[in-house]
Amino acid sequence: MEKEAAVQSLTDTLAKFTAYIGKRLPTDVKEKQAELRAKETNPMAIEIFDVMAENQDAADKLDRPSCQDTGVIQYFIQAGSSFPLLGELESILEGATRGATEIGPLRHNAVESFVEKNTGTNTGSKIPWLDWEILPGEDYAIIDVYMAGGGCTLPGASTVLMPGQGYEGVAEFVLDVMTSRGLNACPPLLVGVGVSTSAETAARLSKKAILKPVNARNANEQAALLEDLLTDGINDLGIGPQGLTGDNTVMGVNIESSARHPSTIGVAVSTGCWAHRRGQIKVNADLSYEIISHQDVQL
Amino acid sequence: MKKVLKTPISAQDLEDLKVGDVVYLDGTLVTCRDVAHRRLIEYGQELPVDIAGGAIFHAGPIVREKDDGSYEMVSIGPTTSMRMEKFEREFIEKTGVRLIIGKGGMGPETAAGCQEHKAVHAVFPGGCAVVAATKVEAIEGAEWKDLGMPETLWINRVKGFGPLIISIDTHGNNIFEINKKTYNERKSSVLEKISEQVKFIK
Ligand code: SF4
Repeated sequence: MEKEAAVQSLTDTLAKFTAYIGKRLPTDVKEKQAELRAKETNPMAIEIFDVMAENQDAADKLDRPSCQDTGVIQYFIQAGSSFPLLGELESILEGATRGATEIGPLRHNAVESFVEKNTGTNTGSKIPWLDWEILPGEDYAIIDVYMAGGGCTLPGASTVLMPGQGYEGVAEFVLDVMTSRGLNACPPLLVGVGVSTSAETAARLSKKAILKPVNARNANEQAALLEDLLTDGINDLGIGPQGLTGDNTVMGVNIESSARHPSTIGVAVSTGCWAHRRGQIKVNADLSYEIISHQDVQL
Repeated sequence: MKKVLKTPISAQDLEDLKVGDVVYLDGTLVTCRDVAHRRLIEYGQELPVDIAGGAIFHAGPIVREKDDGSYEMVSIGPTTSMRMEKFEREFIEKTGVRLIIGKGGMGPETAAGCQEHKAVHAVFPGGCAVVAATKVEAIEGAEWKDLGMPETLWINRVKGFGPLIISIDTHGNNIFEINKKTYNERKSSVLEKISEQVKFIK
């Protein structure tokens, strides 16, 4: 394929995929919600779970974005160093965002800071937001698309604790987020926690944590224990779907961590709402692709 | 039986409603969020729509403009109501709005406004935007379009719009404030339980 044609073709694929994830939830998220609905005992919560399920069916049938807030588009890229369109990927993803905005249609959610004007295209300075990781020697790329809605972005928080506050301080930080802005972020939430060296490294990891499957379990036993304790602990608060009480407040808690300075514990929380619109696609060197996050997709 | 409110809504219509009740709306529902509140309260601009006895929706929808210039509601769900807390008490006083629909709770100022001027705040389940869009029969107008799609005042004719869960009633009750107390009370015992098991730094 000529390079120009290849760029066009990948832009089209990723535009369609980006629009698609606004309409249908990832398979793991859908299954999790059905599981939580089945376990729920609170009548108000059950009614809300049922409206949510009805909404996803309607979105599917009418081929429309399931939540009106289709967010700011973010791409998390793991690109092979030999991926043939590595240098073009940034402009491809910008094109994909513009394309998805028309196909969706997606709401216009990019306001240029200080200029205070909505660009009307979902693109703007550094938007779509790109996060890069290079896979040495590989020739494929794995791209996670995420729609960062306003409500689920608002609880985002990060701070640096002193080692004396320990993991107890980490737990407290997470719980405080849940009982304040977390309530309004459309629970049941997928809660991402970053434990790292500084405010921004923890923040990035907390976001990566909500891109992992809802049932992901940290490989480190102590981290996995904290995931479980936080999941049960937050559910015990009784916040419930939409913050209107119920047994199930989270779809899961995922922790990502890095090594850190001995004098600091950077901690951050990112939340994904029940309409957790993320998608993962693997693009091979010949531009054939495989959708990992959703089953039975026709783009 | 489903309880249905019809616009124009009177103070009497709301008198018996309590927090936690579920109602549906028939009539006119106008989207109204951040900048519209700011224009009215901070800049003293008149709202271009009369919403006395009416209903507003804290929402920024996706709307499709058809070839004949009319509009189709694609997706419309509530946005976080708390962002309007700063303005809502005065907003209720100035406009005479009776029903405020949004997502999540609002604070003591709005609750006071609801009690003083007989209005209620209700929650429509967030993210259920297609269900909501199917309850919009027609978009009858659009004002302040200069604000862009999410902030435009979209004037909708709705039928059976809900479920709407009353979160602030006309008697000063606020379900989120009541719940928040419970959540915060439980938090300390939850934290204690977790803390015992995560003393990893030794
Ligand atoms: S928090 Fe999520 S589901 Fe709720 S309105 Fe925002 S984007 Fe939609």
